[in-house]
Amino acid sequence: MNFLESSNRWSDGYAAVVIGASAGGTAPLSAILQALPANYSLPVIVVQHLHPQQEGPAIFYKSKCCQINLKEAAEKEALLAGWVYFAPPNYHLLVEDDRSFALSVDPKVNYSRPSIDVLFESASEVYGALLVGVVLSGANDDGANGLKAIQERGGLAVVQDPASAEMPYMPQAALAVVQADYTLLPEQIGALLCKIGEHARKV
Amino acid sequence: MKNDEIERIEVELLVDALHRRYGYDFRHYARASLRRRLRHALAKSGYKRLSELLDALLWDENVAHTLIANLSVTVTEMFRDPSFYQAVRKKILPYLGTYPFFKVWVAGCATGEEVYSLAILLYEEGLYERAKLFATDFNETALKQAKDGIYPLKDMRQHTSSYQKAGGQGSFSDYYHADYQSAIINPALKTNITFANHNLATDGIFSDVQLIFCRNVLIYFDRVLQNWVLNNFTQSLGNGGFLCLGNKESLDALERRGEYAAIDAVERIYQKRPATGPLQTSTPGPKSAGWPA
Repeated sequence: MNFLESSNRWSDGYAAVVIGASAGGTAPLSAILQALPANYSLPVIVVQHLHPQQEGPAIFYKSKCCQINLKEAAEKEALLAGWVYFAPPNYHLLVEDDRSFALSVDPKVNYSRPSIDVLFESASEVYGALLVGVVLSGANDDGANGLKAIQERGGLAVVQDPASAEMPYMPQAALAVVQADYTLLPEQIGALLCKIGEHARKV
Repeated sequence: MKNDEIERIEVELLVDALHRRYGYDFRHYARASLRRRLRHALAKSGYKRLSELLDALLWDENVAHTLIANLSVTVTEMFRDPSFYQAVRKKILPYLGTYPFFKVWVAGCATGEEVYSLAILLYEEGLYERAKLFATDFNETALKQAKDGIYPLKDMRQHTSSYQKAGGQGSFSDYYHADYQSAIINPALKTNITFANHNLATDGIFSDVQLIFCRNVLIYFDRVLQNWVLNNFTQSLGNGGFLCLGNKESLDALERRGEYAAIDAVERIYQKRPATGPLQTSTPGPKSAGWPA
């Protein structure tokens, strides 16, 4: 695939992946998670905005769509490779210095709780240059500042190609403040994350 | 040294200063949220760095009290998680109804939405007259708002919807009266509520309480402080007393979990078992010498 040849930053050795998805984000998110092997060598953390009435990430847990394990992140739970963690509805999800999860009911950020920025910023403070951030389809600008924080600390910034997004506003907002390392189709993001997994930093 | 690491030093110095200068103990608060809140408070304060804010608060009590109020800003709403209130109505209130008199502690009541929600439930089940409710928080600003019981009128539509989902039996508008942009809680709901300043991180226990609400407070604490607080709750609760936590909080990893039965695992409602075996010795608290620094 061309995009993997255009930049080899996938080989830099990363330790965690954070993904933000909002309106129109379920399909690309599914495509990405389905691409990951059961023994994926990094923890993956997802904030997905949901309407209060929506069932939430639970649809992923039930669907058995993926080889990789999926679960809701729990307070003080340690982040482990081979797991995809979802922020619980109506809580912000943060990462502590000891690489465990924290939850908060602090005010909404970008009209959102969980907020993508809150996760991305706290994870980037902990993982620094070892973090990969991915912004998918959405209708608000949550995630843009978070992705910027990740890039400023030397992490990898990945954005869904707005042309492929059901709601291009969120990827566009991210691209407006970040010179993305990769702007890709969902299938390509899956392939990129697999490649990153093969070169993961063992910590 | 990276900026993040310098900021971590600033955070620890500030936490230390708040404790030593003013007695507010944030040392066992989980750091990720505390850092966010400090940054937010810093932006509001007009200072550029946390170390400048540190300088200011050491010498100016007003700066400190504004910061402390900002650090504990909590967001709450009436009948948050309606299914939880349904469970309280079905599983706890019938039990409390067997008491001629009972005490309730709403720990970390913030601006009071939760204690009024509970008061409405007790009222509708005919138990309010037999109840004494203590609503506590260490944030004086929030506590005053709780006492006043005045909320934005625009929030009432959401609260009414949650009230109905929680099994409300009356008309929610009976519990407040609208005045311009405000909803003022019916004073009849306040008669048996005592609002008091109490800091879970440093202050002691209440005695012979039958029900404790402490929802979405423990998530902000580290394990040491969580254990300390549960120890105080355990000492405060009478046998068979109930402890209600937030939806994503649990006793599973805490030292005294064995003294409780989960009577609703989903809604996080626990009941203290009758005492068996030797008396528990309490772990040292923040005010004693054995408290880890």
